Amino acid sequence: MSLFSSKNIKLLSAPFNLQNPITVQILGICSALAVTVKLKPSLVMGISVIIVTALSNVLISLLRRLIPPRIRIIVQLVVVASMVILVDQVLRAFVYDVSKQLSVYVGLIITNCIIMGRLEAFALGNKPWPAFIDGIGNGAGYAVILIIIGAVREFFGSGTLMGISLVPQSFYEAGYQNNGMMIMPAMALILVGSIIWVQRAFNKELIEKN
Amino acid sequence: MQEAVNIFVKSIFIDNMVFAFFLGMCSYLAVSKTVKTSLGLGIAVIFVMVITVPVNFLLLKYVMKPGALTWISPSFADVDLSFLSFMVYIAVIAAMVQLVEMIIEKFSPALYNNLGIFLPLIAVNCAILAGSLFMEQHEYPNIGHVLSFGLGSGIGWAIAIISLAAIREKLKYSNIPAPLKGLGITFIVTGLMSLAFMSFLGIKL
Repeated sequence: MSLFSSKNIKLLSAPFNLQNPITVQILGICSALAVTVKLKPSLVMGISVIIVTALSNVLISLLRRLIPPRIRIIVQLVVVASMVILVDQVLRAFVYDVSKQLSVYVGLIITNCIIMGRLEAFALGNKPWPAFIDGIGNGAGYAVILIIIGAVREFFGSGTLMGISLVPQSFYEAGYQNNGMMIMPAMALILVGSIIWVQRAFNKELIEKN
Repeated sequence: MQEAVNIFVKSIFIDNMVFAFFLGMCSYLAVSKTVKTSLGLGIAVIFVMVITVPVNFLLLKYVMKPGALTWISPSFADVDLSFLSFMVYIAVIAAMVQLVEMIIEKFSPALYNNLGIFLPLIAVNCAILAGSLFMEQHEYPNIGHVLSFGLGSGIGWAIAIISLAAIREKLKYSNIPAPLKGLGITFIVTGLMSLAFMSFLGIKL
């Protein structure tokens, strides 16, 4: 069995569009909305989630024959929690300011439904390598949406990207103003709604029946 | 006492779990199809919140904070277990959810059948874990404040999901563009509700 068979490639690519964790499976929305005021925290959050999903997928997949089904939720939570503690400590050590900005949302990766969802739906029934790919794919599908929302909100809300000012000073002098609405929580919800709208307009099969 | 009331009102309206912090969105979006089930879930969340937040507060205060173990012996003064907090919180929450599930199954089988899969899912409802994490972050001085914070946050979440369910029941009869049906319009409605809740920001407590 080759490492990158077409089945594995599919595992990696499906979460970007037709199986996107946020817009199609409605998983892990809480953190997606809360950390996306600026691009940098969204980026860090996306990477953290990719790492946690991939690693906990591999671990659970290795343990899958040993875990008694009745207590699997607690075992999964403990595995995920230890991964999140690792990520949290690394973030605090290397990017302290971003870690402060993310505040409780790093801890909330534990209850991010993407991770539990993938563990339940995939890792419990598959070998470690496909589980790893599946984790990377789903984490990345999540990160892509985060980055889109983060970029839109920062550009229109503060006129910057990654903290670098992109709107020239002459625009402000001519009367251009940053859209303060973009920084507010409500706008994140409406943006996700619009992303879903656009995505479903292009993929008819995703449209809900009732 | 007055401080506790302030925290209570603030956590319901101003720092609403759903509209200000986007917490517990997964079950908020998935279970809000009818008012009846969302009422049941709302009550279950309030219940779990009221128990777990104070329990975690006590664990933090007497076991995990730097120097918290001095009540056993003064030699434990430099023990700092706070890095364990995530794991302890989630374990307490999972245990409590299991307990609530057993209680509801025993005393109200009808509600139990209605809630179905969503009861165990409360364990991974981020609003519950966030309640404990915010409790740690806000550094409340005593258990009374913590209790009113837990109760307020739970009620705030319940209000949010019940009102969304009421709107969605009416939305069934409206003519929505096909790609926006279901999830899309729910997001936009939540955004508008969140805008409305922002008007509470003006309250000075």
